[in-house]
Amino acid sequence: MKILQPGVLALIQDLGRIGKHRIGLTVGGPMDPSAFRWANRLCHNPDNASAIEISIGGFAAEFLEPAQIAITGATVEVKINGKAVSMWETLNVHAGDTLKLGFATEGCRIYLAIQGGIELEAHFGSTATVVREGLGGLSGKPLAKGDLINVSHRDNKARLSMPTQHRPNYADQSPLRVVLGYQAESFSSLDKARFFHGEYTVSERMDRMGYRLTGPACHSSVSSLLSEGISHGAIQVPPDGQPIVLLNDRQTIGGYPKLGSVMALDTARLAQMTQGKKVHFTPVTVEEAHVINMLARNKDANIELLPL
Amino acid sequence: MSASMRIDIAGENTLIVYFAEVASEQSAADVFTATQALEELVGHGVIDFIPSYASLLVIYDDDVFDFYAMRNEIVQRLKSNQKGALTKESRLVALPVYYGADAGPDLAELAETAKLSIAEVIEIHQSQAYQVFAIGFAPGFAFLGEVDPRIAAPRKSTPRKAVPKGAVAIADRQTAVYPSVSPGGWNLIGLCPTPMFDAKATPCMPVEVGDKVKFYAISKDEYLALGGEL
Repeated sequence: MKILQPGVLALIQDLGRIGKHRIGLTVGGPMDPSAFRWANRLCHNPDNASAIEISIGGFAAEFLEPAQIAITGATVEVKINGKAVSMWETLNVHAGDTLKLGFATEGCRIYLAIQGGIELEAHFGSTATVVREGLGGLSGKPLAKGDLINVSHRDNKARLSMPTQHRPNYADQSPLRVVLGYQAESFSSLDKARFFHGEYTVSERMDRMGYRLTGPACHSSVSSLLSEGISHGAIQVPPDGQPIVLLNDRQTIGGYPKLGSVMALDTARLAQMTQGKKVHFTPVTVEEAHVINMLARNKDANIELLPL
Repeated sequence: MSASMRIDIAGENTLIVYFAEVASEQSAADVFTATQALEELVGHGVIDFIPSYASLLVIYDDDVFDFYAMRNEIVQRLKSNQKGALTKESRLVALPVYYGADAGPDLAELAETAKLSIAEVIEIHQSQAYQVFAIGFAPGFAFLGEVDPRIAAPRKSTPRKAVPKGAVAIADRQTAVYPSVSPGGWNLIGLCPTPMFDAKATPCMPVEVGDKVKFYAISKDEYLALGGEL
């Protein structure tokens, strides 16, 4: 596959660089792991196969050989040789075919998987591209015009489709679930009430490192603390009181007070939001979070793709 | 296990063990010992650790452990490890530094503010062994401390867009060697020719959290002979 246009940002990802925090490496990986895994499953790939995360859209590529692909994630117009095709199902493409994506109309992270998976060298056990670290992907960089992508091993497989009722609704505005923790006690109950009842807006400072939100200011009674490990989804509150939800490419340690962490199921929803979207939060206990995750895993394991 | 140890929730599958309120050699040793004692859980319900100044973040698989089971497992293991049986001793790593006006553009200003001579600043910087408190910010960036208060200097109000690879720097009571070219606001006082992060090497870093680092001055010629670039 040859990249004709990378669009806004196209990154090769697998499920992430796990177990390397001690040398300062972040996780990377897909911002919406569920949409990423389903793209791979539609291609009969293992969940961790390397695929492409396209932010916003504008991506175009030419296939030099026949392939089977699937596109999931944010709602976007997909065309092969100018003809509209469906998302959330296996697509057969021929040598010489051109794939073109428009711009996302709901959500903003689009996943493109290829049957067999993308073949490339892993860095520290992962192909996940983290531009800030210069690791993963093709020399640690976003995909660029003219890049060639190789496919590991290709078989002709049955075409599959994701049942409509299981496709995510990126317009879902239900609040993001937060497990209180870290320095939560250093925020007054008034500030916590303000946080959980307030409406926040996704600011223009939203990227793979984190989403900065604007809304009611919250203040911790501690201004700075010893740098400590930052978990996925951590809600960091700098002195200006405007929260930042830290995501896949976050720095591994930091010294701002934190209220707790947004559940991964919901950081995936946040990561699909664009500037200007409204965000609300709701607290859950760690027990509730464990149960919600267990049920989500069970649901995920019980979704069956339909043959086409 | 220290008496002041506390375990808090950090997220749905993360908890954080606090060993002390302030960073010290003791807190660093506690973090190092705990990381060793819990090491064998990695791959068996623990996904990763982030050791830092006085805390250890534990990321666990919530399909294997719930928060309470994980907390108990950690408490039990740290209790039974009370004698501090380490699988690994912490090391003292010596790193060469070329302290020169062409290597450390902030050296003269730092000396002036501190009301010391440049030679005194260099002497103080290399006179002690620093604790590796944490690794983060960028791959291989090791936070070393604590710097003698006489040469402590706040971050620059305008960070540099590109600090060179190998730059030896001071910010407040911390010192570090930049592993690669990156933006940074620390005060640059010299250059170290030893690679701090090499993705192709095993291990990819000369130090880990818990080790100690001592700097020693080298000449410009020695710096260049060791592979340093100006």
